[in-house]
Parts: sequence; C-alpha cells; structure tokens
Amino acid sequence: MFVEQTLDNCIKCNICVTECPVAAVTDKFPGPKYEGPQAARFRQPNQPLTDASVDYCSGCRVCNMVCPTGVRIAEINARARADMVRKGAFGWRARLRNNLLARSELLGKIGQPIAPLANALLQNPLGRLAAELTLGIARHAPLPAFSRERFTAWYRAHQATSAPKGKVVYFHGCSTEYYEPRVGRAAVRVLEANGFEVIIPPQNCCGLPLLSNGEFDAARGYHRRNVNSLVEYARQGIPIVGTSTSCTLTLKEEAPELLDAFDEESRLVAEQTFDLSEFLLNLHARGELNTEFRPITLRAVYHPPCQYRAHRVGRPSLELLRLIPGLDIVESQAACCGIAGTYGFKAEKYEIAMQVGQPLFDLVRATGGPIAICDSETCRWQITHGSGVPSVHPIELLALAYGYEPEGVLSQLNL
Amino acid sequence: MRTVQTEVLVIGGGATGAGIIRDLAMRGFDAILVEKRDLTHGTTGRYHGLLHSGGRYAVKDPKAAVECIEENRILRRIMPHCLEDTGGFFVVTPWDDPDFGDTFMEGCRKAGIPVEEISVAQMLREEPLLNPNISRCFRVPDAAADSFLATRLNAESAREYGAHIWTYHEVRDLMMDGQRVIGAVCHDLVRDEEVRIYADMVVNAAGAWAGKIAAMAGLDVHITPGKGVMVAINHRVLNTVVNRCKMPSDGDIIVPIHTVAVIGTTDVKVSDPEHFAIEPWEIELMLDEGEKLVPGVKNMRILRAWAGVRPLYQETKAVDTRDITRAYTLLDHETRDGVSGIITMTGGKWTTYRQMAQVTVDRVCEKFGVQRECRTHLEPLPGAEKHGGYHWLGARFADVERRQAYGDLICECELATREDVERAIVQGDAKTIDDIRRMVRLGMGPCQGGFCTFRAVGLLHRLRHPDVEDANAALRDFLQERWKGLLPILWGQQLRQERLDELIYLSVLNVDHLPGPKATPLAPVMYDPPTGEEPQARV
Repeated sequence: MFVEQTLDNCIKCNICVTECPVAAVTDKFPGPKYEGPQAARFRQPNQPLTDASVDYCSGCRVCNMVCPTGVRIAEINARARADMVRKGAFGWRARLRNNLLARSELLGKIGQPIAPLANALLQNPLGRLAAELTLGIARHAPLPAFSRERFTAWYRAHQATSAPKGKVVYFHGCSTEYYEPRVGRAAVRVLEANGFEVIIPPQNCCGLPLLSNGEFDAARGYHRRNVNSLVEYARQGIPIVGTSTSCTLTLKEEAPELLDAFDEESRLVAEQTFDLSEFLLNLHARGELNTEFRPITLRAVYHPPCQYRAHRVGRPSLELLRLIPGLDIVESQAACCGIAGTYGFKAEKYEIAMQVGQPLFDLVRATGGPIAICDSETCRWQITHGSGVPSVHPIELLALAYGYEPEGVLSQLNL
Repeated sequence: MRTVQTEVLVIGGGATGAGIIRDLAMRGFDAILVEKRDLTHGTTGRYHGLLHSGGRYAVKDPKAAVECIEENRILRRIMPHCLEDTGGFFVVTPWDDPDFGDTFMEGCRKAGIPVEEISVAQMLREEPLLNPNISRCFRVPDAAADSFLATRLNAESAREYGAHIWTYHEVRDLMMDGQRVIGAVCHDLVRDEEVRIYADMVVNAAGAWAGKIAAMAGLDVHITPGKGVMVAINHRVLNTVVNRCKMPSDGDIIVPIHTVAVIGTTDVKVSDPEHFAIEPWEIELMLDEGEKLVPGVKNMRILRAWAGVRPLYQETKAVDTRDITRAYTLLDHETRDGVSGIITMTGGKWTTYRQMAQVTVDRVCEKFGVQRECRTHLEPLPGAEKHGGYHWLGARFADVERRQAYGDLICECELATREDVERAIVQGDAKTIDDIRRMVRLGMGPCQGGFCTFRAVGLLHRLRHPDVEDANAALRDFLQERWKGLLPILWGQQLRQERLDELIYLSVLNVDHLPGPKATPLAPVMYDPPTGEEPQARV
C-alpha cells in the first residue's frame, strides 16, 4: 500500500504537469497529477475498471523527480495499468504485442541464435508493415539488431586478470546479452582495469518491461529468480553492478515497490545494487579509481536517461566522462528521449515518443559530434533513430580511455 | 413584501423536510418548503453518510434498530444511485468486551437485521488495513449514503409533483390566530424581502432548530442539540463501513463515502445548534479511536473536520445525549399543547427520514380529514432507473475517462467538469459557490478549493453577470467556508496544502483586498473558537 499512500502528499502544485514530456505533446494523456494522486482516490480493486488514459503514461518518472512532496506518481500509474491488465482492458492482440515487446529475454533466446535471419526479417520494411498491421508494433520504431555472439559466451572464454580489490557481480541485462555485448565487454574491462574480479551469475530479465506493461505476475517470477540468484553475493557484501540503468533501478527499487516485495532477500539485493557509473564514481570519491585515462578528442552530447535520474544519484556518468582528457561533453537538459522502454515501439504511441524526443534529437544534431552518449539501451536506439547519430554507453568511452580496443561505432572514428 | 397561500408549509430543507414535501406533493397537497439556507445546509449535510443497517442500535435502542433495517431495505430500492453498497463490519477490537459479540448477534436477530460472523482472515482479505488484532468480525448490510444528492432528488421529485422549494427563506416568526398557527413570516435572504406564507398546516421539520421554531408559537419542544464532530481522511482507507462492536460511543465508526473515509463522531450536548466550537480534544479523540480500527490512520492526511448537531428529542430532560433514543417523534401540538395548525417531526436518523415523512403526512391527512395512500416507498427517486444501480467510487472518474472530459475539469480533485458546474449554476439555481459544492462536490477534495474556487467564480460571473464586487464577495465566502473546516486540522500535509492555497489567494490574487464587501449575507456561519475545555461528563 506504500505506493498508493503517497498520494496523500500531493498539494496539486502542478509542477509534474508542467514538466511531463508526454502531456506536453498529446491530449491523450491528461498528465501525471490527474492520473496519479487524483485518479488513485477513485480506484478500488474489486470494482469495475475506471481507467483508459493512464496507458499513455510512458513511465519516464520525470514526475517523480520533480514532485516536491514525494508522490510516487509513476508507480501509481504503473499499478493502475496492471489493474487494467487484470480487469481485461486490453484485447488479446494488444496483450500479445505488449508481451512480445516486454519479453526481451525470450525474444533474445529465439532471435539471437538465428541472428542473420532474424535481423533480416526485423529490418525488412514489408515484415515491419505486417507487424504493425497485425500486432501494432510501429513499423519505423528502432528495433535493435541481434548480436552474432552472446555476451556470456564471450565472458566464458575471457581470461580474467588478477583481482587485488575483490569481487563485483555484473548484472548485464538482456540488451547486453543479446544485442550489444560490446557494452558488457567494456564494463568487464573497466572493472578489471580497476582491480576487480567480475562474477556473472545466472540471471534473467529484470522484469521492468513487464512491469511497465502491467504484466505484474510474470515480472514477479523474473524478479524472484534474480533475487534467488543474487542474494548470496549480496549477503557477502559483494556489490552488484549493472550497465543498464533500468535493470539496476528495477533491482534497487521498482520491483520491490511495485510488487510489494519487501522481503529480506529482495531488500539485501536492492541495497547491494549499483549502477556501474555510480559504483565507479564512489571509487573515485575514495581515491580508488584508476584515472590513467588517455585523451579522447571528441565533442558529444550526453543524455542522462530518465531511468537513471530515477536512481537519485546525480549524474555520475557525466562526472566520470569529465575525467577523460579531451572529451567535450554537452549535457542534455532534455526531459526524455521518448522511447521509455517499450512505449515508443507501440504503433499508437510511436508519434508521441518521437515528439517527446524531438528537442533531444535537435540538440544532438545541432551539436554536430559523431556520436551521442547515453546509459540506457532503448534510449540509445531511439536517439540514433531520431537524430541519425550513433549512440554509445559511457562505459565504452571509459574502456577506450583505458586503452582497450574500441568496438562498434567507436572503432570507426579513429580516436 | 410578498404574500402567498398554500395548504401545507414545511419548515426545514434537510432530509426530513425534503422527504415530507415529496410525500405531500405525491399525495396531492399544495405545499411549500422553506429553508433558511441551501438544502442540506444543516445536519443532513454534515453527517458521516451512513445508511444504517440498524446494527448500531441492535442492543441499546431496538426500536431505532427496527426502523433502520426497514428503511434500509426501502432506500436501497428507491434510491440505489444515492447509495454505495459498501456493506458494514462490526469488529471486536482488543479494547472491546469479546462477549458483546454474542449479545450483538442476538440483538440483530431480534431486530431482523441480517448478520453473519466472518473470520478475521476473511476480514483482512477484504480490508487489509484493519487492525490485525481484531478478534471477531460481523457483517451487516450497512451502506454509505450521499445525503446531498438524496435530499436534492426528493426536492426535485416534489417539484415534479407541483411543490415549491424555497431556499434562503428564513422563518422569522409564526403567524397565529388565537391558538392556531396560520402561517409563517419568512425573510428572503437573496432578495432581502419579507414573505408571508399562509398555510392551513405548518409542519415543523427544522431538526435541531425545531425547538426554536416551536417557540415562535409559544410551544415548548425540548430539543437537545447533540454535537457530533467528524474527521475526513484524504482517501479511502477502507471500502467497508467499520463499526466497533460495543455500545455506541465516540469515534467508533469509519464510513467510506465518495473519495474519503470519515471517522465519527463525538456526541456533546450544546446549547445552540448554530453556535458551537470544534474542540481539539474532539479531533484527538477521533484519531485515537480511529487508530484502534486502522493502525496508522493518525499519521495519514486529514482533509477536514466538521460538526453537525443531532436533533435529539426527549420529553424529559436527559443527562447524557448518548442515552436519548435515536427513534423519531411526531408531536401533535393540538393534542399535546392545545395549539392547532402545526405539527413537529423530530429526532430520528437520516436512514429513517422517509418513514418519518410518511408518518408526518399520514397525520396531515388525518388533520385534513382525507385518506391518501403513501407511495414514497414504491416510487424510486428521479434518475434511479436511468442509473440502474448503486453508486460506486470510480463512477465519476470512469465517466470523465469515457467522455475524455479531463481537459474540462473545474474541480480536479473531485472531478467536477465545466458542464457539471454550469448545470449547477443554471439548472440547480446555485446562489453561492457552496451551493455548487453541495451539488457537484466542488472543492471537497484534497486542495479544498485551492484550484477550483477562482474557476467556479469565473463561471458564475460569466453566466450570472453579478457586479464584480459581488463576485469577489462570493469568492471570499467560499474560501471562508472551506477554511472553517480546515482550521481544526492544520498540520502535516494539509497545512502544506493550505500554505499553497494561501499563496494562491492572498499573495497572487490579493483576495483580501479586492473591491467589494468582505462577505455576503449568505456567508457561512463560522465555528466558535475552541474553549480548550472538555465537557464535564468526560473529565
């Protein structure tokens, strides 16, 4: 009940309404105050469904961040959507679509082994048109390409170096595993460059895409299995770090809050979970970060993802990047890129997502750098889609600055 | 001065008066109702909203219990759209005598109240916030009632049958012809003029004010105004009416009604139904007792406190108001006092208002020497068929969503749309913003008028074209009216809210210095400042 009870803090100040990136571009979403603390007073579990418009909340959490009184607006909305799912507000087609988009792990398991074929299908305009017409997956939305090799396959073959500073658990998340293993490789290298042994226990999807699609029961299973797999490390005080800001946010806060998972084990895991940049900046604060960076001469926009701001840890990636000589970082003040996980992939929301992201796309283009930098995978795909500029995770630049071989777009830049 | 003639004049626009005028009109009487303020301005609009199953009186006041369950069944039939079928629990907490449960069951059975004991586990499944240390739980058919809507629909139905409802008509005197009451001298507060209403029969349904009215004919009707203080929690902590299973006392009930949960009540004898204070100990007691039912409720956001006065009547003077029967009494002053042309209906509960009206009009028929059957228990109130069922919490929200009317909200907290407010002003003939509130719940949510008052005044001004000075005064009236119920609970989250509202109205809009009078003649009567003293009986 914790989430709903925060509605009592609302003083109707409207700050969330003025800052909401979705309400700013569409009339279909009346705004966070209306959907959150106001509507919550009218919802009752055992009564007919009241909601329709709350499904247009993208879950970006800008409202939570700006709320001066601490209303958990995005979580209230997420729970309202779960209630819609429970009460059958979505037809089978919408639920099939949402589940397809939200089960990134399942998709990865199916698509990655047949990457060339799957990629050809997913990038085929006719196939995409068919997917839009039958399932409502926006035909232009930036679906990522499957990687030829899984991240964990690389890791198993990887030779670890000596580890004087101890152990760190790495939660790589689905996108690193199936789409962008280069991010995971960079993370492992940066951690090793700082003297850590990187452990990668069995793990599955954090459950966030399911949570944001209102599929709470499925998300509960994923979260439970992750907690079971991670809790022993947490008990030993081994930090759990991740490169996907939404995965770490889910372990830290979202899953326990939304699912009322306030058990001891979930709490232990939550307490030991850190975003990788947050973890590295903490090292730096203690004077323990390896700062032997070689210069990288580059000008680029850094966009802090909404999910990252929800961590309430400041902008650690930005501070780390500023340690690298030669890097000229333009800090994005844009509210949101628009994609919000699976939101922008949906046909009825694609245009909204693009309009939300427009100021960011404009900034990236106007800055004129060869890349953009962002911690969250779906945001990176959206930024690239909206601006035409390739995007990388900050850890990739750190790995490069430590002298590791660049991968992906960085390898083409001659840095 | 105006002079009118009617068969029956009903004094009092609460539940009882509105019920009586409907019954009169349905039985073919030519009738006028006068109310000194708006309908439901008195006790009817200031109670917690409980439709009794009778369980509350099953042990202590069996007569009232039987009346309640009879009427409970009828009202569910004729006004489902004014009721929310919450159901009710009677729970035995660690502070209550566990054996009382059996006495309670026995009392319910005798009164004909359906009652079943459910397991504490089942109770917690339905109401997870209830105290897990509760040892027994009984389910009864309590419900929540919208007394504003029900009263207005009674009046609307009466109008359809040809009756006249005159609000803001204050009775200043009763006109006598020897030992016979022949009408009333009223003052029209809106037009500021005297209206003489001659009537063959006057029905005194002024509730807690009935003694004052009777006194105008030299009659001694001893009404004990029993003040009850209520506290509203900002959201529905419960969806079931929850009573303590014990003899009725202070703070032993929580009623979920619309978007709030109301903890009630105290019962303190006051001398004047108009002037009384809300004392700090009363608020504290409500919260302490509420805490026993819902642990943690004390720290939740309190929206507002208010007080109503029960019209308790007893022929002999009572010491403790809790001991006075909740059953109603019809006083035939011709047989009782030798004064004809007037009868008084008093006592009773909101739940029994219809039966009270029926008994009253039966007596009117007798006086007129006619025989006309009551049909108020058969014919539903306007809108019941169209609505087709009980009211439910999410109904207003679902409606706004369906119509996509969210861009048109005047009161955002309680979801009153522009259309709703305009209808209240034009069709509802609202005289004040507070009248609009009673019709569409404007300003009754968390911000307590912070964001809707200026919008509503704007609409009032656009539709009615009052002088700017008068519109300013109407704005000030409503702000004062909201402030009235906020003063006793100004701490925590609601204090923060009030600080914002204060900035909006006093700092940004400069409401205190806008042109026009400080208040209108229709301004609210404020509570007296607290004396800080607990009543003698309680020490």
